[in-house]
Amino acid sequence: MKILKTLEKYMEDPSLELVASGHRACQGCAEVLALRMAFKVLGKNTIVAMATGCMEIISTPLPITCWRLPWIHVAFENTAAVASGIESAIRILMAKGKIDKKWINVVGVAGDGGTSDIGLQALSGALERGHRLIYICLDNEAYMNTGVQRSSSTPYGASTTTSPPGKKSIGQSTWKKDMPKIAVAHNIPYVATACPSYPFDLFNKLKKAKEKDGPSYIHILSVCPTGWRIPSEMAIEYGRLAVRCGMFPLYEVEDGVYKMTFKPDTLIPVEEYIKGQGRFRHLTEKEIKEIQQRVNSEWEKLNKLCEITKP
Amino acid sequence: MAKKMEEYKWQDLNAGCVIDEPGNSLQYKTGEWRILRPLTDYSKCTKCGLCWLFCPDNAMRPKEDGFFASHPDYCKGCGICAQECKFEAIKMVEDKK
Amino acid sequence: MKRKGIEVSKAIAEAAKLARVEVVSAYPITPQTHIVEHLAELVANGELEAVYLNVESEHSALSACVGAAATGARTFTSTSAQGLELMHEILFITSSLRLPVVMVLVNRALSAPLSIWCDHSDVMAARDCGWIMLFCENGQEAVDSLIMAYRIAEDKRVLLPVIVNVDGFTLSHVIEPIEFPEQDEVDRFLPPYEALFKLDPERPVTFGAYGMPEIYTEAKYAQEMALVSSKKVIKEVMEEFGKRFGREYKVVETYNMENSKVAFVSCGSINENIKTAIDLLKKDGLDVGLISLRLFRPFPSEEFLESLKNVKRLIVVERSMPQGATNTPIFNEICALIFTRKLDLTVENYIAGLGGRDVLPQEFLELVVNPPEKDHGREYKVLGVRG
Ligand SMILES: Cc1ncc(C[n+]2csc(CCOP(=O)(O)OP(=O)(O)O)c2C)c(N)n1
Ligand code: SF4
Ligand code: SF4
Ligand code: SF4
Ligand SMILES: [Mg+2]
Repeated sequence: MKILKTLEKYMEDPSLELVASGHRACQGCAEVLALRMAFKVLGKNTIVAMATGCMEIISTPLPITCWRLPWIHVAFENTAAVASGIESAIRILMAKGKIDKKWINVVGVAGDGGTSDIGLQALSGALERGHRLIYICLDNEAYMNTGVQRSSSTPYGASTTTSPPGKKSIGQSTWKKDMPKIAVAHNIPYVATACPSYPFDLFNKLKKAKEKDGPSYIHILSVCPTGWRIPSEMAIEYGRLAVRCGMFPLYEVEDGVYKMTFKPDTLIPVEEYIKGQGRFRHLTEKEIKEIQQRVNSEWEKLNKLCEITKP
Repeated sequence: MAKKMEEYKWQDLNAGCVIDEPGNSLQYKTGEWRILRPLTDYSKCTKCGLCWLFCPDNAMRPKEDGFFASHPDYCKGCGICAQECKFEAIKMVEDKK
Repeated sequence: MKRKGIEVSKAIAEAAKLARVEVVSAYPITPQTHIVEHLAELVANGELEAVYLNVESEHSALSACVGAAATGARTFTSTSAQGLELMHEILFITSSLRLPVVMVLVNRALSAPLSIWCDHSDVMAARDCGWIMLFCENGQEAVDSLIMAYRIAEDKRVLLPVIVNVDGFTLSHVIEPIEFPEQDEVDRFLPPYEALFKLDPERPVTFGAYGMPEIYTEAKYAQEMALVSSKKVIKEVMEEFGKRFGREYKVVETYNMENSKVAFVSCGSINENIKTAIDLLKKDGLDVGLISLRLFRPFPSEEFLESLKNVKRLIVVERSMPQGATNTPIFNEICALIFTRKLDLTVENYIAGLGGRDVLPQEFLELVVNPPEKDHGREYKVLGVRG
């Protein structure tokens, strides 16, 4: 298998599947694909703490589990704290010689709701304390598990069940919270955005995160065909469009230095990304223009950050 | 293999309901959800492996000969593999189960 | 055995050190602060080999304990009132996951109005969270209970978290002469924690799967059976502790019950004043007893019933408001027992010592000889309430 050879650059065993088949994610779920890809890189010596949300529900209906890794779910808002406890335990048990000294990745995983809303405090605490852990935010831009309610990570204009468009509403009335920058503000060694539509970029970033001796934060855009109202086969393509139009730039911040990891020569119009998605169907040309302007200015800002932080 | 939920007595559960059979979800056959299934024209296939890489269910699996085939037990028929194959080697066809 | 005069909070921290806790995760709140401050100091000085986690909230404090305990570490946390409420969600999950986390709850009244002073409204609001719950009357008991708590929690037949209740200020902040067992004696009594299941890449397991209607009932019943049967282990541990360290504890303690037809039922530091009242009454030739619940969860029904002996009148004194219930929690539980076992007893319900209000021995004495009328159509009487 040719591709396995290519992947060996990023991971020990590309054929490893740590998220077993038989999970109950919707057809074409790119959120579970993000997990499949991420854990290929992180490998077997990994412990996972996961928040309540789609990925928890689709993977562990008692007595069934699709996890081949040590895995724990406690609640919705405390994943970073649970992961902190795991990392602390490993540290002290190794120091006391109760468990073998080896590299164990401690990984916290939560959705955009579990990260940017209800779990933000616990995450901030964990990042500030400097645990050696990798926190993965699976951003499908709404509370999907409970039926597509808006989160602070839902994009402007999107229709969700709690941000319905109507005579007096455009849909989501706020701009997407910039979670990666909040993570950057904690001065941690590594922050990156990623998307399974760009697998090699994603692999590279997880590999870097794995090697950091401190917290890293990986924000993965995870296309959700169900919540975005797109055909299931289009999940990878929409991730690509999000990146190519600049709505979801792929970048990393390593020790404070911003770097674009995928820079299209020209951005495609956001309309190309927006138009096929049911959640944006109600938007007018004027509103799409407004979004385009915002994307342009954010894109510029990000480029500036890359320039000014260049060593 | 885990029993069906409704067959568990309270004494059968591990303390804390811990599950100690990693990956036993294999016994849950999501293939039943499928309406369409991927059909590969191996004459067009370059064995690039992207269909394998992008499958959210790890249902597109390598065969001995280096080609890939969808696993009937797990393929949900999402169509990603067909959409993402750069060589248009995969078509989604009706699944006559 | 060393004996020294020490603030009870510090003594509790020293007991945690003797128990060789490995992860301490706590958030400061009065009156718990002196415990965690002293632990932070012990870790900072290298006297205790542990991680001291400065978490950003009580919710995270307990969540981190859950993560650490699931990884196989011995964990300690401590809080009071508002902190316990912030932990509330995770209390239930800790016990459901069967993790032997140990907490010292320095009892304090719940807001509002904000009060830093003692009552039991905090623990009573969490009474059905699936933890084993012990009460202490003095500092020595707090130290001993903490050491026993780990032994009970980590027993493979139990695997449940334990709350050791210590009354805020009246207990936590007083200086008492306390006997500390030697480290090697504690080590013999309390071997290192060996988890039944833990988060370990060598043997991956899944903690915290969700339950469909087909299996949720069995999951909860299994947990309840573990909690109920833990009483046997608790009694065993108390007995062994007594043999090794010379201080014997029982799940239900009694005082002057031999010839008493009247008895108080209570728990915590308030018992000291009740005992003084009992001594005063005895001088006047009146025998009144005290039934003190050292163990509150699982409720020690049989031991409680045995302790009744010849009693015909029970005076139940509790430190929390029922807030719309007919009576206070322990009273309700006792009455359910008396009714189902068809016992012939009268039971009175008093509420005292809310938000740190002192209750003097004289007031308890009055209850015996001059029981006050209930007021406002309630089924209980609040002692000393004005108006
Ligand atoms: C304290 C608490 N509040 C609310 C919920 C209900 N709830 C469960 S999952 C969820 C949304 C999850 O959204 P997100 O984190 O974005 O993950 P997704 O399901 O989209 O992957 C909500 C609101 C809960 N479980 N716990
Ligand atoms: S709702 Fe969306 S994120 Fe959740 S399982 Fe379905 S596709 Fe995946
Ligand atoms: S993606 Fe297409 S060409 Fe590549 S291996 Fe799959 S079927 Fe063959
Ligand atoms: S149709 Fe979907 S589930 Fe089936 S093999 Fe292709 S990508 Fe996998
Ligand atoms: Mg989401």
